Amino acid sequence: MDSQTPLMTLDALPLRRRAQITAVDWSALVDEEARRLRALGIDVGAQITVSHRGIFAGADPLAVQIGRMTVALRRVHARAMQVEAL
Amino acid sequence: MNDFSPVTLRSAALVGNPNAGKSALFNALTGARQKIANYPGVTVERKSGRLALPDGASVELTDLPGSYGLDATSPDEEVTRRVILGELSGVDAPDVLVVVLDASNLEQHLVFAQEVIALGKPCVVALNMVDLAERDGLVLDPTALESALGVPVIPTVAVRRRGLAELTAAIAAAPAQGPAHPRAKLDEVERRMEARAMAEAMIISESVKHRLHSRADELLLNPWLGPVFLLGLLFIVFQAVFAWAAPLQDGLEGLVGLLIDAVKGAMPAGLLRDFITDGALAGVGAVVVFLPQIIILFFFILVLEATGYMARAAFIMDRMMAGVGLSGRSFIPLLSSFACAVPGIMATRSITDPKDRLTTILIAPLMTCSARLPVYAVIIAAFIPNRPVGPGGVIGLQGLVLLGLYVAGIVGAMVVALVLRRSVTKGAASGFIMEMPKYQLPRLRDLGLGLFQRAWIFLRRAGTMIFHVTIILWLLLNFPRAEVGKDQVDASFAGHIANGLAVLVEPIGFNRDIALALIPSMAAREVAVASLATTYAVASDDEDATAHQLASQLKTHWSLPTALAFLAWFVFAPQCISTIAVTRRETNGWKWPAFMLAYLFGLAYVFAGITYWAALALGL
Repeated sequence: MDSQTPLMTLDALPLRRRAQITAVDWSALVDEEARRLRALGIDVGAQITVSHRGIFAGADPLAVQIGRMTVALRRVHARAMQVEAL
Repeated sequence: MNDFSPVTLRSAALVGNPNAGKSALFNALTGARQKIANYPGVTVERKSGRLALPDGASVELTDLPGSYGLDATSPDEEVTRRVILGELSGVDAPDVLVVVLDASNLEQHLVFAQEVIALGKPCVVALNMVDLAERDGLVLDPTALESALGVPVIPTVAVRRRGLAELTAAIAAAPAQGPAHPRAKLDEVERRMEARAMAEAMIISESVKHRLHSRADELLLNPWLGPVFLLGLLFIVFQAVFAWAAPLQDGLEGLVGLLIDAVKGAMPAGLLRDFITDGALAGVGAVVVFLPQIIILFFFILVLEATGYMARAAFIMDRMMAGVGLSGRSFIPLLSSFACAVPGIMATRSITDPKDRLTTILIAPLMTCSARLPVYAVIIAAFIPNRPVGPGGVIGLQGLVLLGLYVAGIVGAMVVALVLRRSVTKGAASGFIMEMPKYQLPRLRDLGLGLFQRAWIFLRRAGTMIFHVTIILWLLLNFPRAEVGKDQVDASFAGHIANGLAVLVEPIGFNRDIALALIPSMAAREVAVASLATTYAVASDDEDATAHQLASQLKTHWSLPTALAFLAWFVFAPQCISTIAVTRRETNGWKWPAFMLAYLFGLAYVFAGITYWAALALGL
């Protein structure tokens, strides 16, 4: 399947796999959270990798690498983002 | 923007993203002489200081809260926006804006920088932390950025004091140069594309070094090793706040004791002397006794924040805190509250979301602080038989009860947090979206300054109130004067209040002696022990002997249900003026401390009552 471009939500992206955000379901997020994510550059078109996951129930939260930043976010945020592995 | 006329330079402000190194730059530019206050009407901290200009004049420099954009999402960012735009009443808009950028994260930081520069005010850019960019293998060309932005760009390393003279000169020159050449107003997406282009254009070379912080994160955010490291670290912090502070506290109390003895020796006996020793000096003692814990706890918190580890700790603990509607950032303040709620509540400043912060402040007093221990110890020793329970008999019943009291506090806090998050502090949670700063070595100078500021805020703001209340309590206990041969406490206002209180607390199994002990122990919980000792005429210079004698006295005056109800009361009751004072200071008003008092007394009353009646029903 890897030869094609697998689509998935960000929370399902394997660790250290580079991906591009293709769509974000902003309606699934609280307005403030949506704005904070955009302010950090987490938006459609951004390239992103998941670098760490929490150990407790549901591998929550996630630490993602975007540009030269590491940003922590929760799985509910990641689930609202469609990514395409590169 | 064409009607520009040169402005006299009176004030400047640092603006930039969080983690741009603004605070370090601010410390380096202004030195130790800083003023910390709150912005009018909000609990956002306003830090300002004097910046000396090359011509000998000085301007007021303000360190504005870190912000990702003028489109504010948090109260901090709202303040930054309103100050920059001159919309905050009582605060003049700064004449010059110093935009602080992290040189190693330009494509992010330039997004906000463009927005600020586009306002057309005199601007200077501080290209900060160029050393960290070099560490990451980045070689940058500041002149390329200067021509792209149209404002002076000065490379700085705040922590090594590099570029400070050049930056100060540029700030002094900024008003004469007038506003930057007009920039088209771009929307956020356009600014982000522009930022990326500018950042790429100014990179001269980039060697791919494996960055230090990502390697550290491999260990510290490792799903298994990360929590182990955090636990070990917390153990050290907790141990330090709990144990290392004790001798210092004893020392300070001893010092106040010496002072009291000196006054007693120098003055004739009488009401004035009693006022000075038991009122005023005891009030000073009640304040300074918190200083060691505050300084030790904040030493660790400042180190954890300065190194960048605090964000990692929040990351590791977030899932657990999310269960009760909080985020990982609430963890450290709540843990600190096991030692003492006062530094714990002060530590909530690192929680950016105001609702999270308020909830954390409100539940902090439910964490069993060290001041409850003497009360628990006396009651448990008196009423709980010291016999082994459970298989093997390794667990003592007394220890089990003590553990139960701690657990009751924690469970209570969790339930209260859940309820508050769905009622009074309801609202869109900021969730947990947080930039993880790069790892850095903390600077001793910045640490020292931060510690001094925290201690000073406590002494000046909370301290004065604790001091006043201690004196008021003394007055209540000493007036009106008793007739000769009568008991002073019975004759005092406090005695009369206790008579009234006794009626109120009778349904939960408390007698008048307890009602009377509750009044002075408003100053600090552990005073309840001393106060009960006075009531039952147990007097001994030795604390252990007092506790021992008191225990046997209590057994004859109290029933077991009463004792259990008393324990339940102390799990919840806000018997601590210092906590109330700090809550007032940190929430900027009386509303929330009043709410805290009401709900905690309510819980204490209900649970003491339930305990009493349940114990009676069980025939204890």
